Amino acid sequence: MRNWIIVALVAAFVVGCKSTETQPAAPIDEQTPAAAAAAGPGAGGASTSGTGASGVSGTPAGAGAMSPLKDPKSILSKRIVYFDFDSFAVKDEFRSVIDAHAKYLQANRSARMTLQGHADERGSREYNIALGQKRSDAVKKLMQLLGATEMQIETVSFGKEKPRDPGHDEAAWAENRRVEIVYVGE
Amino acid sequence: MFRFIRVTRWLFPLLALALLAATPARAQLTIEIVGGAGTTIPIAIVPFENEGTWPLGITGIVGADLTRSGLFRLVDYAGILPRPARTEDVKSGDWRARGADAVVVGTMRPQGDGRVEVRFALVDTGRQAELAAMTYVVAPAQFRATAHKIADVIYEKLTGDVGVFSTRIAYIAKQGRRYQLNVAEADGFNPQTVVTSNEPLLSPAWSPDGTRIAYVSMENKKPIVYIQSLASGQRQVLANFRGSNSAPAWAPDGRKLAVTLTKDGGSQIFLINPDGGGVQRMLTSASIDTEANFTPDGQSLLFTSDRGGSPQIYRLNLRSGAVERLTFDGSYNVSARATPDGKGFVFVRREGGRFNVAIQDYATRQVQVLTSGSLDESPSVSPNSKLILYASEQGGRGILAAVSSDGRVKQRLVAPATDVREPAWGPLPR
Repeated sequence: MRNWIIVALVAAFVVGCKSTETQPAAPIDEQTPAAAAAAGPGAGGASTSGTGASGVSGTPAGAGAMSPLKDPKSILSKRIVYFDFDSFAVKDEFRSVIDAHAKYLQANRSARMTLQGHADERGSREYNIALGQKRSDAVKKLMQLLGATEMQIETVSFGKEKPRDPGHDEAAWAENRRVEIVYVGE
Repeated sequence: MFRFIRVTRWLFPLLALALLAATPARAQLTIEIVGGAGTTIPIAIVPFENEGTWPLGITGIVGADLTRSGLFRLVDYAGILPRPARTEDVKSGDWRARGADAVVVGTMRPQGDGRVEVRFALVDTGRQAELAAMTYVVAPAQFRATAHKIADVIYEKLTGDVGVFSTRIAYIAKQGRRYQLNVAEADGFNPQTVVTSNEPLLSPAWSPDGTRIAYVSMENKKPIVYIQSLASGQRQVLANFRGSNSAPAWAPDGRKLAVTLTKDGGSQIFLINPDGGGVQRMLTSASIDTEANFTPDGQSLLFTSDRGGSPQIYRLNLRSGAVERLTFDGSYNVSARATPDGKGFVFVRREGGRFNVAIQDYATRQVQVLTSGSLDESPSVSPNSKLILYASEQGGRGILAAVSSDGRVKQRLVAPATDVREPAWGPLPR
């Protein structure tokens, strides 16, 4: 019940702030030849040998200090959805979190989100990217049903490459089978 | 520490022109031979005339290459004096008495310009016949490359298969949070770092001509596929579409790559030109399709799909569009790599919670499990189809390992304090 009140407050807040808080609504386009040609070293700090290029592009600072996305008391601060082994089904316990984020996107059409899927360490790296993708796609589908639009959400996967828990047991694996919710600009 | 066999410590300037732009990597891979073939060819490799003039010789590297293949056994040359340097000097009876089926002799002669003329001959002691003889004029910095070439000639003459000692390998090394894409000689020497990132790098794939490597980088908060020139170090985006971009694989003619994209929903396989254009969807399924790999004739793609309920290996005929399931045993068969001889493919299978590399023959459908680790993955086949390089684990750290396609010869490549993974065997030099 408390969550719903917060969601309502957040929605009201967002609507109220909309004119000032708008982020550049960077649409996530398909690549163009120009984009491909202009690709330099990324924000992740990768460097290649033989290149003198150092044009690291930064990312914009996060949402304003007043953003409900940053409020630790808001349900919107909950950003992880966990999954069972070999499963892409969103468990009921995460419905309220997903609903809150969907409603945020609905109320703030300029907001953009990336859903980052992850898998546990067992199995092929590439196949695990596909598994993580299936999880982020499942969360996206649910958010669309709950009010978000297709263009607001990009789903990607890191496979097993970025575990939250570096361990090699059931507890670690459970911690690593997840989707992380990240807003563009954060 | 491990016992390193025949590892010399000389680190010489770069050999391959293609790597001039690269920076030396810190972690040298060293090779340990774990098991050998049942029968080995006994061969004596006599130090070349004048070889002691240079700090790094040649015959030591030739011997290490041949031994490492698991197919040769070195016969002691000590005590046979004077040391033969030319075919006509070889007294076959002396060598047969020591059990040597073949003898390698040679000379090294400085030229006026700092280069060295290296001649060698391979002599069959049974028939007292010269099987091969070659002359190279090289700078001392090319001694290692020359030794690999000589080893390739000997290997081919005595086994009938093409040697792969002159090839290179690529792999990902992880030290702390730092990921490096490294390229090294096939014996692990002269590692050069061609990409460094604080975010994961994976799935390196050599262009068929060995000049470029495609790989996946997560530096921009999602998987993006790049192609990088080894000569210049310059790279360009191959695929950066909405969603995830991964699993690059080159067509044998180098004019297309297969990639897995999620831009249209789900992980699906596309073909793409090396410049990022000409994107063409090859399959339409509601399931996961990924990890494409071309068969050597370029006519088909092997790939992993869960369309049957569990991940299995399938083959797509690129002309007809027909899809055929290839693996039926077990509930997890992934990461297929076609062997260059066109006879079958290697892949990773899970059984009882263990992941191992196996090989399957197209014609007989027979499967042979080749490895015995618990988390073996990412197999890559040598250009002569004789060895499979793969990622394994030892003491909680990633290492590279190699196994012969008959399962008999096993090696480990170990780098200190480094997680090594994602090996990719480069093509034969052109």
